[in-house]
Amino acid sequence: MVLCFLIHTVCPVSALSAGEIRILYARVFGPETGDGRDYTPEQRRLIQKEKLHVVARQVRSAVALSREASGSLCTEAVLGEEAVALGEADRGVFSLGDAELFPDRSVVLWLGVQSLAFTLVCRPHENLLLAEGALRNIARHCLEELRLLGPGAEVLLKSDRVDALLHRLLPHGQLLFLNHRFAFSLDKEIASYVSK
Amino acid sequence: MYAAATESLIKQAREIKEEELQRFCGRIFKLLHTKDVSGDTVDSLQRLHLIVSASKHARELPSDLVMKLQTVLRSSSSPEQLQVLSSSIIQQSFPPSVHSLCSDLSQDSRTFSYVASVVLSQAGNKEDVIPLCHHLLKSLESRLSDGLISKHALPILSEMITVYPDILTDDQVNLVSRKVVDWLRYASMQQGASMSSGGFFSGPRARQPAPLTEVDGVVTGDFFTVLCVGQSYTEDQWMNMYTFSMIKGWLLTYDADGTTNTESAPLKRAQVIQSPHQDDRSEVDSSVMSMVSATSSSSRLLPPKERLREKAFEYCQRLIEQSDRKALKRMDTELQKACIIESVSIIDIICGEDPSYVYRAFPCIKALYGRLNADFTYARTLLPIAQFYLNHSETAAVDSEAVFCQLFSHCPTEQFNEPMLAFEFVQFCLLNSSVLQDRVANYRQSFPNLLKFLAWNSSGLIGEFVELLPSLVAPDTAIELLHTILDLPCLAATLDLQHRSSCYQTLDRTVWDQQGAKVAACLDAFRQPSYRGFFLYILRPEAGTGDTIDRLNLLHEILADMAESPRVVQCAQVVPVLLHVYFNTVTQKADEKMMNQLLLVLLERSSLLYNIKTFNAEVQKVFSTHLQALCKLHPPLIVDQSREILEFASIPANIYSKEDFYTHVVWVIGEFLSVSYDPRCTVELITSFFESLEAVLFEITQVRQSASPPGFSPRLITVLMTTLAKLATRSQDLIPRVTLFLSKMRTFARSGPVMACYSEEDTEEIITRAHELINLLKLPNVAQFVLAPSAGGDGPRWHRDTNASLPQAMRAVSGLLHRHSSFLPT
Repeated sequence: MVLCFLIHTVCPVSALSAGEIRILYARVFGPETGDGRDYTPEQRRLIQKEKLHVVARQVRSAVALSREASGSLCTEAVLGEEAVALGEADRGVFSLGDAELFPDRSVVLWLGVQSLAFTLVCRPHENLLLAEGALRNIARHCLEELRLLGPGAEVLLKSDRVDALLHRLLPHGQLLFLNHRFAFSLDKEIASYVSK
Repeated sequence: MYAAATESLIKQAREIKEEELQRFCGRIFKLLHTKDVSGDTVDSLQRLHLIVSASKHARELPSDLVMKLQTVLRSSSSPEQLQVLSSSIIQQSFPPSVHSLCSDLSQDSRTFSYVASVVLSQAGNKEDVIPLCHHLLKSLESRLSDGLISKHALPILSEMITVYPDILTDDQVNLVSRKVVDWLRYASMQQGASMSSGGFFSGPRARQPAPLTEVDGVVTGDFFTVLCVGQSYTEDQWMNMYTFSMIKGWLLTYDADGTTNTESAPLKRAQVIQSPHQDDRSEVDSSVMSMVSATSSSSRLLPPKERLREKAFEYCQRLIEQSDRKALKRMDTELQKACIIESVSIIDIICGEDPSYVYRAFPCIKALYGRLNADFTYARTLLPIAQFYLNHSETAAVDSEAVFCQLFSHCPTEQFNEPMLAFEFVQFCLLNSSVLQDRVANYRQSFPNLLKFLAWNSSGLIGEFVELLPSLVAPDTAIELLHTILDLPCLAATLDLQHRSSCYQTLDRTVWDQQGAKVAACLDAFRQPSYRGFFLYILRPEAGTGDTIDRLNLLHEILADMAESPRVVQCAQVVPVLLHVYFNTVTQKADEKMMNQLLLVLLERSSLLYNIKTFNAEVQKVFSTHLQALCKLHPPLIVDQSREILEFASIPANIYSKEDFYTHVVWVIGEFLSVSYDPRCTVELITSFFESLEAVLFEITQVRQSASPPGFSPRLITVLMTTLAKLATRSQDLIPRVTLFLSKMRTFARSGPVMACYSEEDTEEIITRAHELINLLKLPNVAQFVLAPSAGGDGPRWHRDTNASLPQAMRAVSGLLHRHSSFLPT
C-alpha cells in the first residue's frame, strides 16, 4: 500500500528563498497507524502536515545529491515536451528507517522532473518495481493534465484532477497490476474527467 | 515550472481573513443550491480547496456548507467533479465529518469510494471505520451480478486491514477469502462486451464476445489473470485485477495465523463438509469456467484460508508461465517483471505457512531462475527468487550455492549504478544478514562488490550500510575490509571512469575531451594496460586476493584529477562514519593478533590516503580515536609494535602532515608504555622512546627557532613535554635530562616567531606546564603516582571533575612545593 503521494518543489526556484520548499499537492491514504487516540483531529492534521514536509525535505536533499553526483545538466523542457522531461527525470529511493515518521521501514520513491519532484511513500513489503511504474505513469498524467511544464498555477487550482486520476490509478493507495488494456480504459476515464 | 504567480496564490490562500472566508463560503453555499453546475461553482470549490489545504492549521467551515458538501458527496447523482472536490475539502477542513458520513452509506460504487476516502482519512481509531467495514462486507456477501459491489471494495478493504488488522472477525476473514478465491480463479474467459459504432446506417451493435489473448497475442487457453489482454474487461475481470493487487497484503495479514496445523486440519475439513451453508461454489456460471478451474474442484473441500492459498498458488504459477511470453507492448513487459516479483513473494509466503507447497514450488522457481539469471534487465526479479531459496532450499534439500554465487558476484558488478536495484539489494542483505552470515559462504567474501553500491550512491545508502557493515566483518578478511573502506573514494572514482568509459566506448576522442581535461586524462590512464592491475584490484568482486596492494600512492596519483568530482567527494564523506562502525565492531571480536594488525594499518594508512579536500584530516581523527581505544583495550600493543611506533614517532615530518594522529601516538606512548601493563617494558625500551621523543621536541622547538613560526599547535608541545616527564618517572635516571630540557621551554615560548604565532594564553600554558612538570619531578615518587596511568583515567570524572584531573593534581602539588620550598631535598 502507498501511504502518500506528493508533488513538491526540489531545487531553488526564484519565487522561494533558498532552502525553502513548497508542497503543491499532497494526498495521504488513510491513517498511517491504527492508534490515533492520543491526538485530537486537529493535532493529527498538524502532525501529518509536518511529516509530509520532512519527507519533502529529505527528497529535496536526495535529488540535489543525486544530481550533483551524476553531474547531470538540467535541460528545460517546455509545454508539449512532457515525454522528454520524463525521460530525463532523475529517480531514486530511500528508506525512512525507523524514523518514527511512518510505520517502520517505509520507503520513499521519488522522481525528479526539473524543479519538481513526484514522491510516493510506500509501506514495507511493497512491490517497488510496480510502484516505480505507477509513479512514472501518475507523473506523466500530472505533467500533461496540469500543464506543469508551463508557467500556470493549475497544480493548485485544478488539484481535483490529481484526485481523480489517483482515484483510478492508485485507488485508496492500492498499487494496481495494470496491463496496457486496463491502463487504456483508466486513461480514457481520466481523459473524460479532465475534458468535462 | 514553479512561478511567482503560483507562490502568490498560496500566500493569498493562507492569508485570507476569517470574514472574507465566511463570505466566500456563503457564496459557494448559494451556488451549490442552484440546479445547474456552473463553471463558477467548480472554480469556487477549487479555490476553497486551496484555502483549506494551504494552511498548516485546519480552517473551520460554516456547518451549513459542510452539510451541503456532505450531501453533494453522498448523492450518486452529483457530477464526479463535485464529489471529488467535496471529498477533498471535507478531508482538509474542520470539524471532522467521519461520523455523519458513516450513517446510511451509499450503494453507488463511485460515491461509496469517495465517502470511504474521507472516512479513512479522518478516522482516529478502529471504531470510526467499523460502519464502513460492515457495509463493505455486506456488499461482498451479495452476488456480483447484482451490481452492488463497489469497484473499489478491495482497495478500501486493503487500506482498512493494513491499518486495523483486527477489524475482521475470523468468520469475516473466511468470507472475504472465499470471495477472493472466486475473483482470483473464476473470472470470465471472454472479453467484456464493447460497443462498436458499426456503420453509419446500421447503428451501434454489440460485438460478439471475443476471446482474450496472452500478452504476445496468442489466444488464452487457461484461466484469466492480469496478464490477459482484451479490448475491454468484464466486471469480474476488473475484480480479478484488484484481487491480485491486494492478495499479498491479505496473505501477510491473515495467513500467518493459518490453519496448516496437521492435527487440526482434518478436523476443520470435516466441519466444512458437514456444514452445508459453507458451500463456497464459485459465483461464476459454470459454463465459462476454464478447464483448470474445472479440474481443481477437489480443493473446494478445503477450509477457506487453505483454499485461498491453493488458488493463489495456482494463479502465481500461471503468471510465472505467462511472463515467459514475449509481450507486444513495453508496458506489458514491465508488468511481467512486476508480476514475477509479486508471484515469487506470494509463493514464498504460502510456502512459509504450509511447507508442503515447497516441493510443488521449487520446479517452477528453479525453471524461472534458469530463465532469468543471465538477463540483466531482470536483475531485480532475482532478489525475491534468492529470498525464496534462502527460506526454503533447506526444506527441499535444494542446493542454493550457485544462486547466491551468481547474485553476489554479478549483480553489483554490472548494476552498481541502478539506484532501485542497489536499494533493494542492500535491503535484501539487511533483512537476511544473520542468515546470510551463517549459511551463505559468498556473502562475507563479497564485500568488495557490495561496497560498489555504496561507492556509487553514498548519500543514499549510508544509512543501510551502517547497519549492514557489522555482518560483513569476518576474522579472515577484517583487515582487507578496513583497507577497502579506506579505498572507497578510489572505488567511486574508478566506477565513475568505468561508467564513462563504457558510455563512450564507441565514440571518438572528442567526446572524451568534452568531459574536461582532467577526466580525459584519468580516462586515458584507466585504459592504459600498465595500470590495469590497480583498477582490477579496486574493482575486484571478492575478497581474498590480499589485504591491499603495493604502490597504492601511485593509484592515488593517477586518480588525483578525480578528487574533486562530486561523486568522489560524497563518497569520501561517508568513510569516517563507516570507519567508526568498523572499529566498534571489530574491536569487540578481535584477538591479540588482529589488534596488532589493526594498529599497523593505522600507522601505515595514516599517510596513505587519497587526497580529497578534508578526507585525510577526517580519517586521521577517526584513527586517533580508535588508536586510543585499541591501546586501552590491549596495552601490550605498544611493546609488541614498539619498533613501528618508535619509527613513526621519531619522524618530525609526521607532525606537519598529520598532527592530530601524531599527538595521539605520543599520548598513548606516555600512557601505556609502562611496566605496570607489560613486564617487557624494560628501562632500555623506555629510554629509546624517551630519546626519540626528546629529539623530536628538540628539533621542533630549538632548531627552527630562528626560522619560520611553528606549524603545529601548542597542544602538541604540552603533550610531548608531559609524555617525556611520564617516561622519566618510569626510568628515573632520565629525570635530570627532562628537567634540564623543560627549563629551556620558557626561552622557546618567549621567542619571536612563537610569540607571533601563538596567543598569550597558549605561551603561558606551555610555560606553566613546563614549570609544573619540573616541580613535580623534584619529588620522583609523587610524580610517579601523579603521572602514572590510572585505570579510571578515561572516565568522565578524570576530565570533568576539577579536583581529579591531571592538570589540577599537578597544580596542587606544584603549589604545595612552591610554598614550602624549604621542604625540598637539596
